Amino acid sequence: MAQHDDGVTDGSPVDDHTAAGSSLEKAMPHDSGIAVLTDDLMENPGFPPHRPRQTDLDPKKDKRAEKQVTFLFYLSIVGSIFAVAAYVAFPIVPGDMESVRTNNLLLGLGIALGMLGIGLGAVHWAKQLMSDIELVEERHGTRGTDATRAKAVEIFALGNKESGFTRRGLIRNSLIGALVLTPIPAVVLFRDLAPAADPIPLLQHTVWKKGTRLTRDPSGTPIKASDVTIGSAFHVIPEGLNELDDKLEEKAKAAVLLMRLKPEDLHVTAGRETWNYDGIVAYSKICTHVGCPVALYEQQTHHLLCPCHQSQFDITHEAAVIFGPANRPLPQLPITIDSEGYLVARSDFHEPVGPSFWERQF
Amino acid sequence: MAKNSSSPVKSRAAGRRSPLASVALIVIGLMSTGGAYALFTSSATADSSVVKTQVVEEGAKLYAANCATCHGLNLEGSGTGPSLLGVGAAATQFQVGTGRMPLAASGPQAPQKPAQFTDAQVNALAAFVASKAPGPAAPTAAQLTASNDPAKGAELFRINCAMCHNVAGAGGALTEGKYAPSLSGVSAKYVWDAMVSGPQNMPVFNDNNISPEDKANIITYLKYLDKTPSVGGYDLGNLGPVSEGLFIWIFGLGTVVGITIWLTAKSN
Repeated sequence: MAQHDDGVTDGSPVDDHTAAGSSLEKAMPHDSGIAVLTDDLMENPGFPPHRPRQTDLDPKKDKRAEKQVTFLFYLSIVGSIFAVAAYVAFPIVPGDMESVRTNNLLLGLGIALGMLGIGLGAVHWAKQLMSDIELVEERHGTRGTDATRAKAVEIFALGNKESGFTRRGLIRNSLIGALVLTPIPAVVLFRDLAPAADPIPLLQHTVWKKGTRLTRDPSGTPIKASDVTIGSAFHVIPEGLNELDDKLEEKAKAAVLLMRLKPEDLHVTAGRETWNYDGIVAYSKICTHVGCPVALYEQQTHHLLCPCHQSQFDITHEAAVIFGPANRPLPQLPITIDSEGYLVARSDFHEPVGPSFWERQF
Repeated sequence: MAKNSSSPVKSRAAGRRSPLASVALIVIGLMSTGGAYALFTSSATADSSVVKTQVVEEGAKLYAANCATCHGLNLEGSGTGPSLLGVGAAATQFQVGTGRMPLAASGPQAPQKPAQFTDAQVNALAAFVASKAPGPAAPTAAQLTASNDPAKGAELFRINCAMCHNVAGAGGALTEGKYAPSLSGVSAKYVWDAMVSGPQNMPVFNDNNISPEDKANIITYLKYLDKTPSVGGYDLGNLGPVSEGLFIWIFGLGTVVGITIWLTAKSN
């Protein structure tokens, strides 16, 4: 113990000059430039006097604590048995949700009791009955003895000599090369999980194009302009979306909310006069903040609320942001009707939908 | 009677009904039943139109006494209440039947409260409003149970309703004090009424948007939610991370803090 002692003990002076703290103290004992004067060093107060517990003094209390610990362990046994018994007695009946709940509840209570009983009992045992005499265990330095260190160096030198690691350069270098290349397959595999194509054009375009019919989500049936009465809100997907292989990816960009307002309520800016059809407007459902689906439409105030961060868009003013963290209006899908009276897109969105990304041009 | 007294043997034979008597009885019975049926049915049709007129008249009286101040004597609306022309029986049944109307106080939105009128009075008001201008009709019992596919209903509910009403129908907040109410325990007819009429700030989901069968499916899903217990135990209002987080923050962390204090405390 003494040979490893680096002087980190409980305040007692040590004659070891390797300890940085003690050598500093000795070098500058009364330097006024040091904030903490060594004279002012707080003395180690040591331990408070040991106070015996009730269980140490009173054999009755000791006996009682023993009984309590035993009771807790018995409680754990009861809990474990109860869990198994309840699992058998209250089985999960397929299709009956209430049986699932009862089964889970009783099983969980039993297992919880089984584990808590052991835990609480062990702690109670340690606190009440095991010895509580305070002890100091010295911390040792990690530096080995010089002899141990010399032995270690010797082992390495011998290993090098026997294997020829430094002498046989070809073997060593080829081994290093092999080790460097082993992670390469993992890198290739994980890289291949990323989209193969450049994601930027994918983010800038959706499946909407000129003539794509607006259809109901999820059935995919086309919508006639006459179906959309004043105050209606339709959740819309592009025609043919359900047949796509990457249906969900495309839906995440192309989802649209269709609403009909009184035409006189709409404030249409120049260049967008033809984008609505007789008060029917279609806006991207993907929030421009972080991409949550914005679909909480209030048909009297014509406000559209995003449930994630409470951004609000005013549909009468082309989905202008009137509250919240979103920074841009929702992109509008230009719509018209085809010869059969079904609503169709005039084109794709004129800007990328959803939240900002680094390469976004707008 | 005379025969009876003269000969008991003969009287037994005479006491038995002649086969002709049965035939006559059947003929008389059939004729009276048929005649009565014809009589009752003709009077029934006559009665129903009378009853209908009476119901509309009663509705008109109720309307004039309770609604006309804000909505105008001819449903034309005023500065304090919208026009009711064309809102139909569905909107009337919903607003009055759930107690939202007559409005007790103006606010962000009309809250649900104990209904002020009996079902018969609500129907009278609905008949009156519907008689003034055509609008969405209240559902029939057959419509409400036309289809019962809770899975289809759940899918449509998630797409069309869940963003406001919560996926478990627990309701949720809207802007400026408005809210989507909880749907648990709401009568099927009111759910239907709300979809076709779009009360307050709820959008309209007409039969071209969600077909009548799918409306019945959505109602089936809501009924399924009502009678299916939460598998995870007490659902804390189904409000998701808000109520669950609050619960675990207070009670879960509270327990952890308590156990930690116990672990480190010196025993007596």
